[in-house]
Amino acid sequence: MFGELLVTAGVVILLFLGWQLWWNDAIMAGQQSQAASNQSLKWIEDERAARGDAPPPDPADYGDPVVDTTEYGNADPFAIMYVPRFNSPGTVDSVRTVAEGYGLDVLNSFELGVGHYPETQMPGEVGNFAIAAHRSAYGGGMHEIEQLQLGDGIFIQTKDGWYTYRFRDFEYVTPDAVEVLAPVPHRPELQPSERLITLTTCNPLYSTAERLIAYGVLESWQPLSAGPPAEIAADVARWEQ
Amino acid sequence: MYGALWRILPGPWWLRLLILLVLAAAAVYALFTWVFPWVDLILNPINVTVE
Repeated sequence: MFGELLVTAGVVILLFLGWQLWWNDAIMAGQQSQAASNQSLKWIEDERAARGDAPPPDPADYGDPVVDTTEYGNADPFAIMYVPRFNSPGTVDSVRTVAEGYGLDVLNSFELGVGHYPETQMPGEVGNFAIAAHRSAYGGGMHEIEQLQLGDGIFIQTKDGWYTYRFRDFEYVTPDAVEVLAPVPHRPELQPSERLITLTTCNPLYSTAERLIAYGVLESWQPLSAGPPAEIAADVARWEQ
Repeated sequence: MYGALWRILPGPWWLRLLILLVLAAAAVYALFTWVFPWVDLILNPINVTVE
């Protein structure tokens, strides 16, 4: 009798782990991707409707990246993150909505999944656009982060345009390493001149002992009217189906 | 516990086995749908941020 209870409890705990790490993770990943690609398409359509019949701008006129200066409240979505390297075969494209703040209401949400450190810069801004997501469970928005290779595209879309960052390097730190969020990472006293993106998630996989940091550098910017970057145009077209 | 359950169930062995499988599936469904999401809120959250 007592032994059967213990065995049952053991099975239930294993079931819980399976639920948390695979079942619920897969469901949330699918829902977060769906919500994010819908948001992406909505911004594209809004822009189209606002522009009317006006022709898209000349590529030479894009100028400096537009920086969104809106004051967003906690958990307000304002961007989309799309990293083609994070896609896994046989599933929907791994797209995530970026919202302000990094509380559980953002990271564990069925619609959001990626949180922006409010004290860091915005997409395209000189300095450091720093975001966080789960590595495992709750949709694992950065589950495949260790797969990133030099030059991989990290695409950020906002209501204004597309920001193409290129992955540069990894760093493994302890959870208190807030200096990675500085406008010039690790050198808070310096004036930034580059436009960086910083991805933070937990490390190793299925542990929270450390943090894995991935840095990227802004390569280019284009307004929504110019369409998605050529590299992901086919992917974005796929989201409309 | 499980022995008593086996004896209570009616019918031949294959019907009892079928009922047990249905009961087990119902238990897993209840755990996945209601119990685990609730337990998950209570457990320590998984931290991914630097702070």
